[in-house]
Amino acid sequence: MAKTQVMFTFPQELIREPIIYSLGQQFKIVTNIRRADVTENKGWVILELEGEEKDIEQGIAWVTSKGVRVDPVVGDVVEG
Amino acid sequence: MSFARALRCRKCGQEYPLQPVNLCDFCLSPLEVSYDYKAMARVLSREKLAGGPLSMWRYRDMLPVEGKEVDIGTGLTPLVKADNLGRELGLDRLYIKNDCLNPTYSFKDRAVSVAVSKAREFGFETVACASTGNLAASVAAHAAKANMGAYVFVPSNVEVGKLVGTAIYNPVLIKVDGSYDDVNRLCAEVARRYNWGFININLRPYYAEGSKTLGYEVAEQLGWRAPDCVVAPAASGLLFTRIWKGLDELAMLGLIEPINTHMYIAQAAGSSPIVNAFNAGSVHIHPVTPDTIVKSIAIGNPADGYYALMVARQSGGGACAVDDGEAIAGMQLLAQTEGIFAEAAGGVVVGALRKLAASGVIKRSELTVASITGAGPRTQEILADIVRPFSVQPTLKSVEESIGTPV
Repeated sequence: MAKTQVMFTFPQELIREPIIYSLGQQFKIVTNIRRADVTENKGWVILELEGEEKDIEQGIAWVTSKGVRVDPVVGDVVEG
Repeated sequence: MSFARALRCRKCGQEYPLQPVNLCDFCLSPLEVSYDYKAMARVLSREKLAGGPLSMWRYRDMLPVEGKEVDIGTGLTPLVKADNLGRELGLDRLYIKNDCLNPTYSFKDRAVSVAVSKAREFGFETVACASTGNLAASVAAHAAKANMGAYVFVPSNVEVGKLVGTAIYNPVLIKVDGSYDDVNRLCAEVARRYNWGFININLRPYYAEGSKTLGYEVAEQLGWRAPDCVVAPAASGLLFTRIWKGLDELAMLGLIEPINTHMYIAQAAGSSPIVNAFNAGSVHIHPVTPDTIVKSIAIGNPADGYYALMVARQSGGGACAVDDGEAIAGMQLLAQTEGIFAEAAGGVVVGALRKLAASGVIKRSELTVASITGAGPRTQEILADIVRPFSVQPTLKSVEESIGTPV
């Protein structure tokens, strides 16, 4: 089992979609929300994902393909 | 012995032992070093600090390092009165803090010196980072000095020439075939997998503290006072917050008067998530995909962005973005007025200064410090078109025909 922490940023058109629920259901990932701020026109969620490494990888790829921005919770690691 | 006593979550206040960790287990927010300031105040005085080594390590009592530091001669860089540039911009009391003059030519040496010192204390044999320039060189240089291994990850689109200043120290250089975002994700994973001191991940709380020395030096060099205004570039936002923390600590310790410094963030318009949030009145930094030639500060998802935003707001400061053309013009103006060849991030600072002064946000009489964080030669390719020499024959006649009679 692997664990990873990520930040999801949702565009307005996805606010009403149960993305995190579907992520858990479709990819057998345990999602654990730690911090979030979601309003009617945008939102971000910081959460921990736990599951098989390949499921997490595929799950993140699916979330990204839906139009959610996925970032490492530590922010950008590459610096100048 | 240092006066550091714990790591504390910047969001929820949860405390942790001084270990190589950077995130709060509860809310996944960044951790920072907290100190026993009462005990620190008892041993510190202006005289003691001024009598210390001629480097950033004169402030070691205010840093979280226990053992011998890994020092390659960083800090105590010049604070120069910039009368020529000030005249151009309409500022009577303008100073440049010139951090181009650190051993690897950028302010990163301050942060890395502390981070690598801690890495050695923690028993790591290897340090690592992901960088396209300044951080990479600094990590590789400090690892060499500390006899430690170094792994440096770079995106595949970085020009080889930009890495000469890193390769000379002989780290393991790893070019990642993927986008900037891919490198970010990979490095977050690598940091979890290997027992390395990853400079801006698990060592980040300590890395951050080194940057405070820039604030300390400015105050000491001004004769133990804080400036009225500071203009500094922001990438991850970490340096910006730590200049403020440095000034704030000096005041808290009674070494300077209470501060009323206005902090101004400068970013490149093609990568300005913090400026965007400031202008929108938002408390959330919306990540962006960087698109600017100012690579050294092109961070789309800044780790300390929120905290930098708070410092700008709470200090009564501001935020200003300048486009690539303005950044280049800023580099040229700084070089041609003060003789300082900064990297493009310095051009962003000068461009921001120009706008802030012209709009009256920074007033002519205010004592203003502009933080120049890295030297120009590492990224000189963005200036290739300024080299337009006169071509002459080796005769006086030819010279005079080309340039006219010199006055």
